[in-house]
Amino acid sequence: MVHWSAEEKQLITSVWGKVSVEQCGAEALARLLIVYPWTQRFFSDFGNLSSPTAIIGNPRVRAHGKKVLTSFGEAIKNLDNLKSTYSKLSELHCDKLHVDPENFRLLGDILVIVLAAHFGKDFTPACQATWQKLVGVVAHALARKYH
Amino acid sequence: MLTAEDKKLIQQLWGKLGGAEEEIGADALWRMFHSYPPTKTYFPHFDLSQGSDQIRGHGKKVVAALGNAIKNMDNLSQALSELSNLHAYNLRVDPPYFSLQFLSQCLQVALATRLGKEYSPEVHSAVDKFMSAVASVLAEKYR
Repeated sequence: MVHWSAEEKQLITSVWGKVSVEQCGAEALARLLIVYPWTQRFFSDFGNLSSPTAIIGNPRVRAHGKKVLTSFGEAIKNLDNLKSTYSKLSELHCDKLHVDPENFRLLGDILVIVLAAHFGKDFTPACQATWQKLVGVVAHALARKYH
Repeated sequence: MLTAEDKKLIQQLWGKLGGAEEEIGADALWRMFHSYPPTKTYFPHFDLSQGSDQIRGHGKKVVAALGNAIKNMDNLSQALSELSNLHAYNLRVDPPYFSLQFLSQCLQVALATRLGKEYSPEVHSAVDKFMSAVASVLAEKYR
């Protein structure tokens, strides 16, 4: 089980409290599709993904980004129990969606950059370290049920 | 593959930093040591406390090398040849440590905290590709 110090929990919740899940989620997913274009393979039915502008404006990307980050919020509410929180999602990503877990790491890193751009100097090194740990742990939990 | 547009975005970005390059280099390194503690194993001879002269000095070096690479994006292999030798034969830093993940991530975070919205998806993409290319060149001679 992952150990979270009081300071780490504080850094996570204080940042999360100021995040617009809809905005941040949309941005993170859009960036994933722009920076790592091969990830578009999972979204071939999303319509127009032909350019950064198209991707950023795509309503399905925005909606799905919100969904993904909302789920991330669940992880934050259940820091001490990530494995079971993500058990079903892990199976889904493996058995139905066939997503290579490496993509979770990519999205996690992108989320950290989105937060950095949003919070500026307030996204201190300590803050980043905690969030890198969090995205790593979430990625790990999502990969756990793969077979 | 770095497109002409990517190169332009990177050069513009570098132009915007206005002297803050050294500070960004030190910030990126400190963030890397903090977020990825194993990277410290390559600096047992350094004072790794926050704000140390050695971190500042090394951050300055790293950023200067990147600046040079940016001036020579059409020929990264040649521009980074010396550094490539150094990393392969001398420093022998485990390639993944500078390929993508750690330094690239922390440099991008350092840039994003300063540039905010200006660290747009297009700029983000260009920088990520550039750092990937730099890492490739640095790892070229490992074996």
